[in-house]
Amino acid sequence: MEFPTRSSPYLPVSNDVSRLMVRVMLALIPGALVLSWFFGWGIIFNLLITTSTALLAEAAVLQLRGKPVRPALLDGSAALTGLLLGLSLPPLAPWWIPVIGALFAIVVAKQLYGGLGYNPFNPAMIGFVVLIISFPLQMTLWSPPTGIGQEGPGFTETLQLVFSGKPPDGETLDSITMATPLDESKTQSGLNLTWDEILSDPRFGHYGGYGWEWVNLAFLLGGLWLWKQRAIQWHIPAGMLGGLFVISLMFYFADADSYGSPLFHLFSGATMIGAFFIATDPVSAATTPRGRLYYGAGIGILVYIIRTWGGYPDGIAFAVLLMNMAAPTIDYYTKPRVFGQREEQDD
Amino acid sequence: MATLLEKPATFHGGLHLSAEKAQSLTGPLKPALIPRRLYVPLSQNIGEPAEAVVKTGNRVLRGQLIARSLGYISAPVHAPTSGVISDIGDYPVPHPSGLSATCIVIDSDGEDRVADSGLKMENVFQSDPADIRQRVRDAGIVGLGGAGFPTAVKLNPGPDHVVDLLVINGAECEPYISCDEALMCCRPNDIIEGIRIMRHALHAKQVVIGIEDNMPNAIDCLQKELTRLDEKEIRITPVPARYPAGGEKQLIYALTGEEVPSQGLPIDIGVVCHNVGTAAAIARAINNGEPLISRIVTVTGAGIHQPCNLDVRIGTPIASLVEQCGGYTDDAARLLLGGPMMGFALRNDSVPVIKTSNCILAANTKELPDPPPASPCIRCAQCTDVCPASLLPQQLYWYAFARDMEKIQDYNLFDCIECGCCAQVCPSHIPLVQYYRFAKTEIWDMEREREKSDLARRRHEARLERLEREKRALEERRARARKSLDKKPKVGNADAKKSEIAAALARVKAKKTESSDVAPRNTDNLTPEQRVKIDEVEQRRSSSKPDGA
Repeated sequence: MEFPTRSSPYLPVSNDVSRLMVRVMLALIPGALVLSWFFGWGIIFNLLITTSTALLAEAAVLQLRGKPVRPALLDGSAALTGLLLGLSLPPLAPWWIPVIGALFAIVVAKQLYGGLGYNPFNPAMIGFVVLIISFPLQMTLWSPPTGIGQEGPGFTETLQLVFSGKPPDGETLDSITMATPLDESKTQSGLNLTWDEILSDPRFGHYGGYGWEWVNLAFLLGGLWLWKQRAIQWHIPAGMLGGLFVISLMFYFADADSYGSPLFHLFSGATMIGAFFIATDPVSAATTPRGRLYYGAGIGILVYIIRTWGGYPDGIAFAVLLMNMAAPTIDYYTKPRVFGQREEQDD
Repeated sequence: MATLLEKPATFHGGLHLSAEKAQSLTGPLKPALIPRRLYVPLSQNIGEPAEAVVKTGNRVLRGQLIARSLGYISAPVHAPTSGVISDIGDYPVPHPSGLSATCIVIDSDGEDRVADSGLKMENVFQSDPADIRQRVRDAGIVGLGGAGFPTAVKLNPGPDHVVDLLVINGAECEPYISCDEALMCCRPNDIIEGIRIMRHALHAKQVVIGIEDNMPNAIDCLQKELTRLDEKEIRITPVPARYPAGGEKQLIYALTGEEVPSQGLPIDIGVVCHNVGTAAAIARAINNGEPLISRIVTVTGAGIHQPCNLDVRIGTPIASLVEQCGGYTDDAARLLLGGPMMGFALRNDSVPVIKTSNCILAANTKELPDPPPASPCIRCAQCTDVCPASLLPQQLYWYAFARDMEKIQDYNLFDCIECGCCAQVCPSHIPLVQYYRFAKTEIWDMEREREKSDLARRRHEARLERLEREKRALEERRARARKSLDKKPKVGNADAKKSEIAAALARVKAKKTESSDVAPRNTDNLTPEQRVKIDEVEQRRSSSKPDGA
């Protein structure tokens, strides 16, 4: 009797890239739901547009490169990039904003570098940064969160806004959008208001901004589930949240009037989705256990710096990309001590 | 210095794998039938293969030496049963390469008559350790855990080393394999007796048996035997069942919290580690005079009708064992030698059981399916988390893929124990271990090539030096000749000239006769270049003759 041969190990495998991606997508659901609850249909449109554009772009480029299309589409990585980008765009952005972002993320940031596993930068964040640099105005089109008094546009209004770019009759874009707490706090802080004065505005909610704190809690929940599922390891989120917490605490203690509290920083903007879903993109992150901790901490500190002194309201995308650049170096200097090697042999 | 921990330490990485050992532990340990024809390979251990001392047609008895060991790291081979040597030649052997190697083929006479091996020892605990080692060596005992390192070598720590701890490895961690568990349950007396002999031979201060905690029966049986013997100096420590707890370095770490140095040996931290099967083999050799001619083999998997453990004579073809276990099921699709994590796939069942064969696993595609196609590495680092050697498997993979053999050694490729944990968890289904094996072979090949070219270079340099030396010697001879000429008084008259001519002629003649003595030997089989060179020399020589000649 003849048997086929191959190399060990032989046990059936349960792990799979698409399974991993699907779990990340599932974990995004609570955050995505809360985000759309507070910011309306625009979020859903963004997600639909970015995801379909990402999938189409992935298929088109793979076809051009002469690579098999089906397995790559089924691995879920392109869809996930689309989702992550979609979740970071303002809900009232015109339709071409998510299209350009997704195209750039997939075509340039991912496929031009060789496709899945070969991109040095986080594709979704490249897409985001291209947009925020090129179209700063369109990237501020956030509707006010539901329940803040001023109601955001409904389904048809949003549809009209997104696809024609024209605000509903009798209204201007300015009248239906609102700055996010991070943006607002930066402006106000620049006007020499104290944090207590800034936070007295109802749109700042309890600690992280009205609506935003719930969004962040939802992403935190999804992220913890992801960690329990062993789809991500704790190092990067812990490093990032820890870094952000420590640096914000230091400045808060030094001057609580001029600097936001650690709680504000942890629960506003894209902190939680950044910590659990964006910084943890394995392809572009550091990989050694110690390195992942440093990598996360670097992102946390950079986020604080950009938020506090930089030119953009939130700093997740820039912080992640900057640390992407540092990842190979971090990996090089944080090689774990091999079993049986003495400390002095370690560098 | 290694001391035992109260509570086992947890080594980095590893995997919880479903045990699947129960399949083969259903019945008592049975002796396997001796087949009509046995194929005994000369190489069944790490190190030098043995050298046959019998000839085709010889009659042999069970336990008779049929191949002697060559060198220190080597082990002799004995006849597994009585019969006639029908051939000594190349036959398929269990090796991942699937290649053949020299085997001694014995046609069993069915009588299984035993020879006196002379291994039996009285008063073993009063005897010299060197004597024990010699008998263990003569018995052909090698590590039965799978690697097959000659046991006598490991019983000799050398004068510079003190053995603080003797670790007995009963932590059989591969799924499916249960031969050690069967042995611990059925022959605890052999194991404990063997351990006592080893302890004596090594002057070991402490002894511990490490057993995975999912084998309560084995722990129980050994404990009962220890109680029966009132042996208090041998301890049994259950270690958490986590693959690869049976790896020597991992087991030692679990028991002592100490790491065997990378590229080092357990003895470097005062530990010697032996498998339970090896202990039992030593007891049988020393107490009963049986050389290593049989071992326990697990025959298991869903592809086998009646999985079980068998006491098998070395050289028994796997096909014969499968037959005794009810044959293959209809869906048997894969045949492995060893466990599913570190074993290797066999193309067919014609190969024989050797000293290191612990398990024959015939599986269906549900148990051991074909792997899904590999996709690109996404650097998820799950491999890093499970690596018991704390390596960076994904980095090793990149460098192996890029054939950067220098970088891959910087990343400690040679600390990889090929346990397969990384490949098992890889979501991209990359056959990581295969890449490491490839890289290791490439590096070994490179080293061999370098050694070869070094040798060639040294040979070439030696040749150039020799030629140079010969040339110098020739010149010196010439210079001497010239000098002796110059010393001759210059006399103006014709007589003197005549005598000078005569002397020169005589010298030439003498030289000619002298060279005719030597020439035939030196000028045999000359290459054309050499001939040209010699002609030139001859010409120069004749032109350098004294003026008047």
